[in-house]
Amino acid sequence: MRARKRRGGVWVTLLPLYLFTLVFVAGPLVYMLVLSFQTRAEVWGVVNEFTLSNYANIFQPVYLNTFLESFKLALTSTVLICAIGYPFGYFMAKLSPVWKGRVMLLLMIPFWTSSLIRLYGWIIIFRANGTLDKLLMGVGLTEAPLKLLYTYPAVVVGMVYALLQFMILAVYSSAEKLDWSLVEAARDLGATPIRAFLTVTLPLTLPGLLSGVILTFIPSMGLFFIADILGGNKVVLVGSLIQDQLMKAHNWPFAAALSVVLMALTSLMISLYKRVTHTTELEGLL
Amino acid sequence: MGETILELQGIAKHFGETDVLNGVSIAIGKGEFITLLGPSGCGKTTTLRIIAGLETPDEGRVLLNGKDVTDAEPNQRDVNTVFQNYALFPHMTVAANIGYSLRLKKKPKEEIKKAVEDALALVQLTGYDKRMPAELSGGQRQRVAIARAVVNRPSVLLLDEPLGALDLQLRRQMQLELKALQKRLGITFVYITHDQEEALNMSDRIAVMRDGRFEQVGTPAEVYDSPRTSYVARFVGTANVLSGTVRAVKDDVLSAECAGGCAGALCRGYAFAPGTPVTLAVRSEHVEFTRDPDACGIPAVIQEKTFAGGMLRIALTLADGASLIASRHGIDLDVQTGEAVRVTWRPENAMPVDVEETA
Amino acid sequence: MKNRTVLPNLFLGLIVVILYLPIALVILYSFNESKISSVWAGFSLKWYETLFRDKAMFEALWNSVVLALSASCGAAVVGTLGAYGFTKVRLRSKNAVEYISMLPIMIPEIILGMVFMAFFSLLGLPFGMTTLILAHTTFCIPYVYMLVKARLVGMDPSLAEAARDLGAGEARVFFDITLPLLAPAILSGMLLSFAMSLDDVIISIFVTGVNVNTLPIKVYTQIKTGVTPEINALCTLMLGATLLLVALSNVLGKVGKPRPERRHIKNKPVIECGKKEENR
Repeated sequence: MRARKRRGGVWVTLLPLYLFTLVFVAGPLVYMLVLSFQTRAEVWGVVNEFTLSNYANIFQPVYLNTFLESFKLALTSTVLICAIGYPFGYFMAKLSPVWKGRVMLLLMIPFWTSSLIRLYGWIIIFRANGTLDKLLMGVGLTEAPLKLLYTYPAVVVGMVYALLQFMILAVYSSAEKLDWSLVEAARDLGATPIRAFLTVTLPLTLPGLLSGVILTFIPSMGLFFIADILGGNKVVLVGSLIQDQLMKAHNWPFAAALSVVLMALTSLMISLYKRVTHTTELEGLL
Repeated sequence: MGETILELQGIAKHFGETDVLNGVSIAIGKGEFITLLGPSGCGKTTTLRIIAGLETPDEGRVLLNGKDVTDAEPNQRDVNTVFQNYALFPHMTVAANIGYSLRLKKKPKEEIKKAVEDALALVQLTGYDKRMPAELSGGQRQRVAIARAVVNRPSVLLLDEPLGALDLQLRRQMQLELKALQKRLGITFVYITHDQEEALNMSDRIAVMRDGRFEQVGTPAEVYDSPRTSYVARFVGTANVLSGTVRAVKDDVLSAECAGGCAGALCRGYAFAPGTPVTLAVRSEHVEFTRDPDACGIPAVIQEKTFAGGMLRIALTLADGASLIASRHGIDLDVQTGEAVRVTWRPENAMPVDVEETA
Repeated sequence: MKNRTVLPNLFLGLIVVILYLPIALVILYSFNESKISSVWAGFSLKWYETLFRDKAMFEALWNSVVLALSASCGAAVVGTLGAYGFTKVRLRSKNAVEYISMLPIMIPEIILGMVFMAFFSLLGLPFGMTTLILAHTTFCIPYVYMLVKARLVGMDPSLAEAARDLGAGEARVFFDITLPLLAPAILSGMLLSFAMSLDDVIISIFVTGVNVNTLPIKVYTQIKTGVTPEINALCTLMLGATLLLVALSNVLGKVGKPRPERRHIKNKPVIECGKKEENR
């Protein structure tokens, strides 16, 4: 057998990727794991002393509650996002090519504007005597301002608003690939429209839907600035907790332990997704 | 065929467990038009890629102009390729595509311009130099791909099913043009196709490939008229293949017992002892019908008559269940479906195939 | 058949309207005379004046642009070379490295911010522009990498082979054939990276230095500490710039040469999607 000659030099092109991946992705993540088992120093910094107390800490009622609250908020947002995003992506895939392009453009323009400023728009809407109050009182639905700003619903709206397009794109990318003649075949074979949808369309667009769930559920546990801006101090997310532990309490090991748990949750969801859909890449990630 | 320009010596290539090529050897002469003919998966494209330097063989050597180029990079070989899908660079104009190899050689601008114009004239596309590949029709792209490959005047031009994507009419026309081009340039063509008609029309020699080997190498007439194996007989010109037993041999003509009847064939220099099994190949147009019960022939029943492409095609079943095809020019014949007939042929139109060389 | 699409279309329209409602309000109130955004006190450009006098705001904008440019260019180089390299060299570590390099867009930003902060302080790097660029480049690499990889997968391998056959060496093939054909993918990856970097709050908060403000951080603190309508004006200008960019890329797309391979790509680079259909 003749040894295949090596194309010398090509491996150099991989060097930067390996460097960044190992040093700036793997390195920090490994350090996070190490940090989560270390002990917090008395005043500042970290002592190299193995402990499990950071993980035990999470089970304190106040922190456990934050996790549960955060989970609840993420779940609420994700359900709402599914309810709006799935039909949107589905109907969008049925549009004519020209309109598909137009709607896609309309979806993309907000994406290119600062998410903070878009959230600020909701402040204008929600604040006392703001747009929404004026509208509702003008129509006569409500008597007094609702004072929606800095409430739980405001945070949910903000989350849905910030993450909706990820779901839409994921579902759309899945529905776009769908061979509609399969649905027609199901109808031809005697299925009602609803049955055809449940037995053909839904299973075939499931990867998109699930990918959308991951792409919205995971970030919504960490987007602390939305809870901050629209929720005041009333809604505390795991993300806010991590930030506080880092910036205010300077308890890095505990922040690391919280991150490890969040990361584990993330990995679990992604591996579940891969198990269910038998794919390696998230649908509509880009 | 003059001096040898390209020689393959015992080329073998394995991809994992599968042997794609099993010791392929051939010497190709200067100015020759040779076709590698075979179905997909027979190793013809791999052979071509090894000549081009896009693959390295696991065993064997490639000699170009007497030099061993087995391990040379594609850019170090005096060989160019017309790719199956043309592989025109979509971001370059026609002129830039054709002049690419000359620019790599740092030829002066004027010279490149002249060479590109000449190449375009050669393929009758003068004036198309500023077009982008996407703005050309399939046939035009084909011509540009040829122009790009010959602008360097390589020693050998490799063509990988270049006409595969064209419709039938254009394909016929391009066959003629390619052949004329090859005559004019005097470049050796190594041509790949799975279309036996194309191979027969254009080639000086045909190498029929099967499972990574050359099954038979010869002129179109040799391959068509004297297939050495049943595979070649079936693949080139779709012949009938029957098996039987040799009964007698006389004056280089053998007579055999086939499917309960009698059949004759040429011996073609082989020695046959009576009683040995033999496989015979006979083309459908040579199958004749006789009603004479005493003549040498095989009883058969007519199954079906179809008329296609100016030919009447008659499907028959023999007594042992084998099927046989006969064909005729013209629309009708005085035989009816379901009728029992005797089929026969002249011994010089049938030949034994798959004969062990040791015999 | 016709009226069956009325309801879905109404739904699509309604959602799009809601999507644009906050933006429209921000634009509207940027021209408001009053400081209080719930009262309309007449048309005025005074917030634009305030904005243009705000040195700190422009400094933050400048920082953000420099950061986004550096990160997207860095990511373009690393991501493109990496995706290309993996098609050429067979390495056993490929899958692992590919998976790890994709993590930054899979895991929550908060985790990324936290680990960068901890890791950079472990390394003793001074927090500031350097750490910002390193962090942003790292999370931008996956965007470029994925788009370039998709493009490479869809690319006809015989093009590179043809170039080699015509006499080009490995490096020439890369610069003459591969790179020009990858250009649209690299460009969309860079634009996406640019947008992501320009919009990032969470990671930046963790890795920025005391005296380096990026625009999102500046806006974030302003929103938290009571807003001046100056922000509205800024948003309006940024939206205008975005629309200009989209329009420009649309025009360029129409003028540009036809690229027939585009159909083979596994649809949807974000900024291409909008114009792709209209070109046809």
